[in-house]
Amino acid sequence: MATETQHYYVPNPSPYPFILSSGLLLLTSGFVFKMNNFAPGVWMMFLGFLCVLYVLFGWFGKVIGESESGQYREWEDKSFRIAMIVFISSEVAFFAAFFGALFFVRNIGIPELAHFDPSLTPYKGFTAIWPSAGPGGMVLGKLYEVAKFEPMKPLGLPAINTMILLTSGLTVTWAHWGLVKDNRRQLILGLFMTVVLGISFLLCQAYEYHHAYTEMGLTLGTGAYGATFFMLTGFHGFHVLLGTIMLTVILLRSINGHFKPNHHFAFEGVAWYWHFVDVVWLLLFVLVYWL
Amino acid sequence: MVGKRLRIAVMSLAMGLWSVMAWANYSWNFPTPATPIATDTLHVHNKFMIIAMIIFFVVLGIMIFSIFNHRKDKGFKAATFTGPSTAKQVIWTLAPFALLLYIDFILMGIPAYHSVVMMEDTKNGADMVLKVTGMQWRWQYEYMDGYAKGIKFVSNLATPQDQIDNKAPKGEHYLLEVDEPVILPVNKKVRVILTSNDVIHTWWVPQFGVARDAIPGFLRETWVKIEQPGTYRGQCKELCGKGHGFMPVVVNAVSEDEFKKWADAKRAELATASAGADKTWSKEDLISHGKEVYEKNCAVCHQLDGKGVPPAFPPLAGSKVINGPIFDKDGKLIANSHLDRVLNGKNVMPAWKALLNDVDIASVVTYERNSFGNTMGDMLQPAQVKALR
Amino acid sequence: MSTATTTATHDHSHHDHHAPSGVMRWLTTTNHKDIGTMYLTFALVMFLVGGTMILGVRAELFKPGLQLMKPEFFNQLIGVHALVMIFAALMPAATGFANWMLPLQLGAPDMALPRLNNWGFWLLPPAAILLTAPFTLALFGIGDGAVATGWTLYAPLSVQGGIGVDFAIFSVHLLGISSVLGSINIIVTIFNMRAPGMTLFKMPLFAWGWLITAFLLIATIPVLAGAVTMLLTDRHFGTHFFDAAGGGDPILFQHLFWFFGHPEVYILLLPVWGFIPHILSAFSRKPVYGYKAQVYSFWAIGILSVVVWAHHFFTVGMPVPALLYFMYSTMSISLPLAVLFFCWIATMWKGSMSFETPMLFATGWIILFGIGGLTGLVLADVAADAQYHHSYFVVAHFHYTLFAGGIMGIMAGVYFWLPKMTGYMYSEKLGKLHFWMTAIAFNMTFIPQFFLGLAGMPRRIPDYALQFAEFNMISSIAAFILGLSQLILVYNIVSCVRGKGEKAKDNPWEGAQGLEWTLPSPPPYHSFTEQPVVK
Ligand code: HEA
Ligand code: HEA
Ligand code: HEC
Ligand code: CUA
Ligand SMILES: [Cu+2]
Repeated sequence: MATETQHYYVPNPSPYPFILSSGLLLLTSGFVFKMNNFAPGVWMMFLGFLCVLYVLFGWFGKVIGESESGQYREWEDKSFRIAMIVFISSEVAFFAAFFGALFFVRNIGIPELAHFDPSLTPYKGFTAIWPSAGPGGMVLGKLYEVAKFEPMKPLGLPAINTMILLTSGLTVTWAHWGLVKDNRRQLILGLFMTVVLGISFLLCQAYEYHHAYTEMGLTLGTGAYGATFFMLTGFHGFHVLLGTIMLTVILLRSINGHFKPNHHFAFEGVAWYWHFVDVVWLLLFVLVYWL
Repeated sequence: MVGKRLRIAVMSLAMGLWSVMAWANYSWNFPTPATPIATDTLHVHNKFMIIAMIIFFVVLGIMIFSIFNHRKDKGFKAATFTGPSTAKQVIWTLAPFALLLYIDFILMGIPAYHSVVMMEDTKNGADMVLKVTGMQWRWQYEYMDGYAKGIKFVSNLATPQDQIDNKAPKGEHYLLEVDEPVILPVNKKVRVILTSNDVIHTWWVPQFGVARDAIPGFLRETWVKIEQPGTYRGQCKELCGKGHGFMPVVVNAVSEDEFKKWADAKRAELATASAGADKTWSKEDLISHGKEVYEKNCAVCHQLDGKGVPPAFPPLAGSKVINGPIFDKDGKLIANSHLDRVLNGKNVMPAWKALLNDVDIASVVTYERNSFGNTMGDMLQPAQVKALR
Repeated sequence: MSTATTTATHDHSHHDHHAPSGVMRWLTTTNHKDIGTMYLTFALVMFLVGGTMILGVRAELFKPGLQLMKPEFFNQLIGVHALVMIFAALMPAATGFANWMLPLQLGAPDMALPRLNNWGFWLLPPAAILLTAPFTLALFGIGDGAVATGWTLYAPLSVQGGIGVDFAIFSVHLLGISSVLGSINIIVTIFNMRAPGMTLFKMPLFAWGWLITAFLLIATIPVLAGAVTMLLTDRHFGTHFFDAAGGGDPILFQHLFWFFGHPEVYILLLPVWGFIPHILSAFSRKPVYGYKAQVYSFWAIGILSVVVWAHHFFTVGMPVPALLYFMYSTMSISLPLAVLFFCWIATMWKGSMSFETPMLFATGWIILFGIGGLTGLVLADVAADAQYHHSYFVVAHFHYTLFAGGIMGIMAGVYFWLPKMTGYMYSEKLGKLHFWMTAIAFNMTFIPQFFLGLAGMPRRIPDYALQFAEFNMISSIAAFILGLSQLILVYNIVSCVRGKGEKAKDNPWEGAQGLEWTLPSPPPYHSFTEQPVVK
């Protein structure tokens, strides 16, 4: 190990974490109040959101400043890399919960419901097919009626979206090559294309949701299928949104001349994140749309 | 000094644990088994407990020996080993694990395997089927086949509220008594099908050695074959809301003959009750019967005085729903009217259509419209309820 | 110690200039010791809060009949007691030790990501507020109190529940973010911040225990977050994850919950299993026995823990092969644990033992946790579990593992490191008194519960049949003694913090090993400005 300077950058005390936590407290408790129809909820959420926004700008601004002023060297850089990998792993586990739910209802729950003794079950005549919105009936005193719906097909928009995301994975990599070669034009162009692809993905997704709700009769409330479909694609879409925002920041930073060929953790972290979102989409495409 | 206190602590601990093994006295152990599966689980349990205790005392013994002998104040010099160093030592350290492997998967694993298979064998050679439906906070029983086929009733906690509130002395079977126990014939393999109307409940009778969840919308099953006539008591075992502790299971096991007699009598009783729907009732009769029905079924949530427990359970006193019309001009049931709410429920409020008969529903509605300060003054005839079925 | 040239002096000096004082120091700190102190203080406070709640429960269960509270409120108390104890007392205590000790033990300048570290802590108070606020709100007529579903939040009871469930869901989200941040920080610190020469296999076992814990947290906490998110959408946004009518399944929730919930019990204990051997070794004046065997056992436990979850709901009715699989896999966890027990006892064997308070706690801990573990082994038997399940037998089992295995283990750590952290010695006499009171009252509280469970008393009931009366009475009385004994702990800690008592030497324990003991007690604000080099 290099011994010349064993100094690790320990930042000064910072107010951001505390403000962020307070913001989250306001945001979440406000949301609870709103969902349960108590008036101040929306205002608390608004205030909380402002706190979060303030911290996002402040904290990231500070980190970018520290990075650009050369506070982070190899040692710190390695910390960030490990941290990002671990963080992405936790995201994988989060998606695993929803994929697990999909697997469970599809392969265990619904077949079970359909195979009960017809003289005993309330769900006579229910067959185990997928996609399924369930047999319908009373749930905790509310009647749930199964509406007719059309399942999503893999071809068409989803296939186009797959192409979009796969291409965007290539364009960030291309941008990365540009950065490493110190070809700023390639870097900026690659990033710009990636951002555009990300936005087009989101637009397609929004159109698909609109179509599902208005014409296919497919909503969040369409039983097990609707729930797993929208939660999985929804959380994925949310991650694409985050990724696109982060890529935009990276693009702006690149335009401002940030990053060096041998020192650009922020770029790589975002790129990893983007690839992760990409892989999740492939799984979604196969398991949710296709099979 | 420390040693002595430790010894006392250890001794009392040991004595406490030892008493588990005195299974002649069942209050220290599972209650007397009444079915083959309960006998089997008791044996497996005893065996496991003994094994666990032997491990405990062996390991503990070694530790205590060390604690008493390898002490600084006795001038014992510390050794320096950090692990087995020779092949012989390695084998010695592995021996306990081989033993544990044997204990886990042979000594404990094989009997456990047999119990599991026995416990899940619900269908083979079953003589009758009993359907049990859990709901907040009572059990409904329905005989699906055999002599008692078609009999269906709800079994409520019978302990008076005064006993629970410490206002009256507690009876012998405090909280473990119901108004209508379920009757089963002895020595018949009964397949018990479980389901629920609202949240998850667990049907559990300790002496039967079975506990199985009642899951809304799903069917689960278990079986009992009661070997001795008698009354067996148990409780709901899955947290199911505020009445979870007040949801007993009582099973009366009787001989085949008595079972048939009971079934005949019960069937006749149910027939008279539904015949009551055809006659016209006086308001007083409706109100006095309604009060009984209310206290048995509704008071858990809406309270005896009709004040409810807001916000979870709305008050009935002064309720807009109750103090409003039931039928419109054309004699049709108004949606969200008093009767509609009682028949069909809403959110946490159960649908009583399938649980109470026409007389009960008409009475309880009439009672509610004329009590707790509600002064509608009208009444509902059982025939009107019957017409809506 | 490193004699390598350092040019670092001018760099770190500027930190001190800006360090705010007073409240702001704590709100904004990036110092691992400050953060560790906050975690530990928070844990202690929440332990008292959670304990006070359950004393209410024990008072209600003192005799049959409803005397103090309504069943609704009873249900709220037990669930919040459990959530507070697990998420706000035991986990933060372990994280507090990690913050305090890992950088010292590894020879690191600080935790790897100090600001995130601070955020990880400051998410906890909001989470605790979310969890307990509904109690207060109910007094003002808003909602019907805190979450009343038990800590397991099973659907559909939780779908039906009131505003408290929503608060609990977001509380779990915040706690989850906090745990993930803590885990990231610890993993990075362990991988990247070790002093030169400190290889992975030279790390103290505490670091290993925490490393596996952090991996488990990363793998399972997000699954819990997913599960409660589904619960939220089922409650308010019309999804049907847990409704049969919509093709969902209430059991899905149980799978997701316990996929987190079972590893969670090892998450709680692995840090303790990490430092107990060092305490045993210190007071036996003898090196840790079977270091590598223990590390491998940690790994084995970590891996096994994520494949056995369904032993918590054997009674839901699963196919026989599934039952058998979960039974045997659960039983196999006893193998690595037996290795650990073996190593702990072998560490004491032929040592030169003395019984100061930390050692008393550590040895008592082995016995009591042994009881918890062995009853766990018995619970794994599917057929007999029909009896044990959701009976007081289980309650007794998990207090032997959680209170004895968790909290008493943490107490061993507190007494072990208190002199290091505060610079003062606690009163040995009071420490011993605390141990004996705790150990005796604890057994008196929970041994009767084994018998209650066997005799057929279900858990989570506010009132019970007459045949359970005597044991409950003993248990309740002892619980109050147990609670009062904890005031001794509070006194001991407060007097050390306030500097009463003897000054502590750098290494107050004759046999203690490890880098943390090479520093003064208490260590300076910046511990290793130069990284030590480990041979
Ligand atoms: C930290 C907490 C912790 C720990 C470590 C454990 C450890 C274990 N637990 Fe426990 N458990 C809980 C906390 C814990 N548990 C909780 C909280 C619940 C209830 C949750 C709820 O429903 O709310 C629960 C419930 C629970 C159940 C479900 C019961 C039911 O609801 O029906 C089961 C079933 O298999 C089980 C099994 C086990 C097993 C096999 C272990 C094994 O890891 C144990 C392995 C250890 C040993 C086998 C000991 C080995 C030792 C030796 C061989 C030497 C002996 C030495 C001496 C005695 C000195 N546990
Ligand atoms: C780490 C976890 C942990 C810890 C430490 C404890 C500690 C204790 N627990 Fe807990 N418990 C759980 C985890 C834990 N528990 C869990 C997971 C459940 C299951 C919940 C569910 O069903 O969902 C449970 C449930 C549970 C029940 C079952 C409730 C029921 O099913 O109806 C009982 C009953 O006796 C109980 C008792 C106790 C007692 C007496 C203590 C004692 O050890 C507590 C001792 C501490 C104190 C008493 C604090 C003392 C403080 C003071 C006296 C000072 C007060 C002053 C101020 C506040 C300033 N617990
Ligand atoms: C499990 C608890 C429970 C039981 C038992 C119960 N109710 Fe209810 N009841 C409720 C709840 C909860 C509501 C509120 C429903 C809603 O509006 O969401 C309610 C609402 C009502 C209302 C409408 C009141 C209003 O003002 O909105 C009436 C009338 C009523 N119940 C009658 C009865 C009768 C009659 C019985 C017994 C035969 C009964 N309830 C048993 C829980 C219960
Ligand atoms: Cu029904 Cu508990
Ligand atoms: Cu478990």
